[in-house]
Amino acid sequence: MSSAFAFSQPVSDRARPAVEVSCLRKDFRRREGLRRRRISVLGPVSFSIERGECVAILGQNGSGKSTLVRLLSTLLLEDAGGARIFGHDVFREPRRVQRLINRVSVEASFFKRLSAIENLSYAARFYGLRRRDTNVEIPRILERVGFPLARATGPMEELSRGMQQKVALARALLTSPALLLLDEPTTGLDPRSKLEVQDFIREVRRVHDATILLCTHDLAEAEELAERVGILHRGELLCLAPADELKRRYGAETLEEAFFSATGAVLTEEEEARE
Amino acid sequence: MRGTATALRSELMGLSGIVERNTYIIRRYIWWELAWFVWTLANTLSIVFIAKGFQQTGARIDVNKATSWLLIGALVWSYLGMVFGLLVEMVQWERWEGTIEHTFMAPLSRSMHLLGTGLFGVLYGLVRTAALFVVVAFFFHLSLPGADYLAALVVLLVASISFIGIGMMTSVLPLISPEKGVQLGYIAQGLLLVVSGVYYNVSVLPGWMQALARISPATYALRALRSSIIDGAGVHALWGDIWPMLVIGVIAVPLGLEIFRRGERYAKRHGKLKRSG
Repeated sequence: MSSAFAFSQPVSDRARPAVEVSCLRKDFRRREGLRRRRISVLGPVSFSIERGECVAILGQNGSGKSTLVRLLSTLLLEDAGGARIFGHDVFREPRRVQRLINRVSVEASFFKRLSAIENLSYAARFYGLRRRDTNVEIPRILERVGFPLARATGPMEELSRGMQQKVALARALLTSPALLLLDEPTTGLDPRSKLEVQDFIREVRRVHDATILLCTHDLAEAEELAERVGILHRGELLCLAPADELKRRYGAETLEEAFFSATGAVLTEEEEARE
Repeated sequence: MRGTATALRSELMGLSGIVERNTYIIRRYIWWELAWFVWTLANTLSIVFIAKGFQQTGARIDVNKATSWLLIGALVWSYLGMVFGLLVEMVQWERWEGTIEHTFMAPLSRSMHLLGTGLFGVLYGLVRTAALFVVVAFFFHLSLPGADYLAALVVLLVASISFIGIGMMTSVLPLISPEKGVQLGYIAQGLLLVVSGVYYNVSVLPGWMQALARISPATYALRALRSSIIDGAGVHALWGDIWPMLVIGVIAVPLGLEIFRRGERYAKRHGKLKRSG
């Protein structure tokens, strides 16, 4: 995407990968009666993502996908290990990292009474974007994601989930992120909206050259969009490789078979409780 | 030098984003704002009528002065409620709307985030308090010929620095206790005003409460506001109450920021920085 105003932090040291995760671990403490129990929700996991690459992380509910995204989004602190985004330490230099990333999550989180334009406008200000720029850029980006401008001044609560998710994509792209974190961006969307969002993700990669980490439990989506696919199971990254290699490795014909072969899994109550 | 200017511009832009967002919210909930104003008005009237009620019991009081005295207490309570309310509910509201993660992962410094919220609270509080004052003064035909409103405005602005600082300290409560944090914030507001002589002179309080009154900025704010509006004291004459508020403000704002920073680290450590709490 050729934004008129790329305020993202300059991406330093171009030889380094976009994302470097090293032995990253996160535990939570859960109260059980009078005692507190430590539950490991992620890791230790290690992997890296090259610049411009799209990596999908597959996993069931409670596998640690959202925890991984929240760690990389500077919303959680690590218990061990580390992570770097374009060479910047996620936990020691959060402000630098925040300028380089944006995120679209399963819930299109907005002030529901505010309009799409109002939600995008104030959020852009947090990234240092001026009003005279956003006045031009917001309608342009909304049009690009296929959002009807006639609906842009009405309250968000009157929009369908698909439309809200398009506004969420527009919000993320408005800040020209070098790394886009997508946490189940198409979950709950109707097939048409899902395809539109997926098309747009492809376009963002093609035009903007953004690096993408896509967390999903939609196997077809992962195979369609990503160069490499990782399987996260009970907080452990079982593998990270191109989809075809995963199929070969697990002797499977489809990614779905490979996934079940790798995890051997049915969802347990314990897993559901982890996130 | 240029880098510093760019960073500063970006910070101020972030601060303006907070003010912009809250302005949109007020505009979108304008009918609720009017309903809230009616509630505040009813609350203020119920307190201010106490002066007239006392007169009817046979007590000898200067009703005009007593009415003004109580009115200023009620206005400060209402003003503080607006500033504290915005700061305390900042986290809770974002959690409810689901925007908390987006706001906290944005490159917006926490100081600008909190100061922006406090600044909006002050602007919004001033408008609402002025409107409330005009309506109640008209309702009671209050005569305040010597009032120095400029001095009152200066006092309220100076007091607001420390109110924002203390509000920042309370705004951390919903971050570390998603269920009950907001209520604890309101308790803090009530305690601050009860020791500060909101509807009475501080001298009627027990000794230990008077000691607490000395470190409360609301004590100085209430006294100075009464002096400026009832007795017509100017800024120069109020300096004795203004400088303690400045000192408390200089301490309270950085302390509030530090407390919030620690609360945020706790929330990030324990996974509380998310919509469901």
